[in-house]
Amino acid sequence: MKKYLSFFRIRFLAGLQYRTAAWAGISTQFFWGMMNLLMYRAFYRSGQNAFPMTFEQLSSYIWLQQAFLAMFMTWFYDNEIFGHITSGSIAYELCRPCDLYNMWFVKNMAIRLSRVVLRCFPILIIVALLPHPYGISLPVTPQAFPMFLLAMFLGFLVLIAFNMLVYISAFYTVSPMGIRILVTSVLEFLTGAVIPIPFFPEWLQPMMYALPFGSMQNTPFLIYIGHVSSREAWNAIGLQLFWLGGLLLLGKAVMHHALKKVVVQGG
Amino acid sequence: MLYKRYLSMLLKSQLQYKASFIMTAIGQFLVSFTTFLSMYFMFSRFHQVDGYKFEEVLLCFSIVLMSFSFTECFARGFDVFPRLIRTGELDRILVRPRSVVFQVLTSTMEFTRFGRFFQALLVMVYATSVSDILWTWDKILTIISMFLGGVAVFAALFILYAGFSFFTIDGLEFMNIFTDGSREFGKYPLSIYGEGVLKLLTYVIPIALFQYYPFLYLIGHTHNRWMMVLPLVGYLFLIPCYAFFRLGLSRYQSAGS
Repeated sequence: MKKYLSFFRIRFLAGLQYRTAAWAGISTQFFWGMMNLLMYRAFYRSGQNAFPMTFEQLSSYIWLQQAFLAMFMTWFYDNEIFGHITSGSIAYELCRPCDLYNMWFVKNMAIRLSRVVLRCFPILIIVALLPHPYGISLPVTPQAFPMFLLAMFLGFLVLIAFNMLVYISAFYTVSPMGIRILVTSVLEFLTGAVIPIPFFPEWLQPMMYALPFGSMQNTPFLIYIGHVSSREAWNAIGLQLFWLGGLLLLGKAVMHHALKKVVVQGG
Repeated sequence: MLYKRYLSMLLKSQLQYKASFIMTAIGQFLVSFTTFLSMYFMFSRFHQVDGYKFEEVLLCFSIVLMSFSFTECFARGFDVFPRLIRTGELDRILVRPRSVVFQVLTSTMEFTRFGRFFQALLVMVYATSVSDILWTWDKILTIISMFLGGVAVFAALFILYAGFSFFTIDGLEFMNIFTDGSREFGKYPLSIYGEGVLKLLTYVIPIALFQYYPFLYLIGHTHNRWMMVLPLVGYLFLIPCYAFFRLGLSRYQSAGS
């Protein structure tokens, strides 16, 4: 356990060094969120009754999405890991006395968390000061807040567990680029990053909540804005645990299979 | 012509990895297809936005996507310019007896972007066939002019991006607002974002020149014929962006690698 913690610390501290990048990211995300809100405002003007949530709720949703983007971004992968697999330096990684799956998992957590820590607070502070209804509101109830934090952590783990499958797929394909782009675009859509899931047609929504993608960013954000009742929220958290367990088992099994077959050419 | 040779060389080399090429192209197609789907879902819920109908908005979406993906394919060299600096490739470019712009353009091209271009074309064909616009020659010319204007503005933005990479590598993410942001938010008529944003996108980053104003002419909200040539004014935007790039280049000190 201790060795994974130090892996985490190394990656986390390295990530904290990129401060200029963080400021650039913060302004990009702030702008992105604002433009999105302006777009939704136009739809809100056009058909208020068709809006699946209040505009205040949507504002909170969008700002949470932007503030915690680094935790839930679907396009981010650690290129070093792909590099290990395609270049063969995986051999060195295999010599280490630790489990490859756990090590990569922890690395991914650390990189994403270091980015979030640098970025989320300035964004949250700015958007808390924005005029009503464009700013972020407080969680719907005081009890919703710890549930939101729990669901956010679980959703974060579910996403990484899913990403691990993409990393492992590089053992089987020569060039992981194609799969990466395919997975990213599907994920981006189904996790509700393009438009929040409540904006999808009613008949599609139950299926989207049930898929593992609905257990990523969607669950915590909907809990925060109070789109789901507290009973539904607990069910959703249960579902997150189910998917997390399932994806972890699947990932470890596939990794085991891949490593049994892997041949590193000498040189 | 030298450009043609580079073109065929790059095309051939990319087609060597056929499976990956096709998958990436399909991926590119899917990325923008999900954008299309999300617009479809929004419109099946709201039916219109600020009085614009789905078919009309699709015209904006397809023109922007088409010119963006076209530019992304051929001006990819400016998009990956930070890499040229980091690897020292730029030094090699500087000592060769051809213009820098030419060499950056021919350093790489991204043909998989045609997955997106193809999609934009399909959407445009669909949008033009279902909309109740009467397709007279002036409307067709307007569409062509919008596409050409879009290519100019996006190319200018990529050059600007490359210019910034002379000064900062870390802060480059900021430029995504202009490049990816223009593509992303240009899918709706720019007026829906409000007066202030529209002004900004007319006078500072002139996306509205090839998107919003000629679009109004297309759907018959204005009959001012000048709107047809307005997109071509976007070519003027290339001047300050190129000047900025030259400024960066003149202050460039090689890393020596």
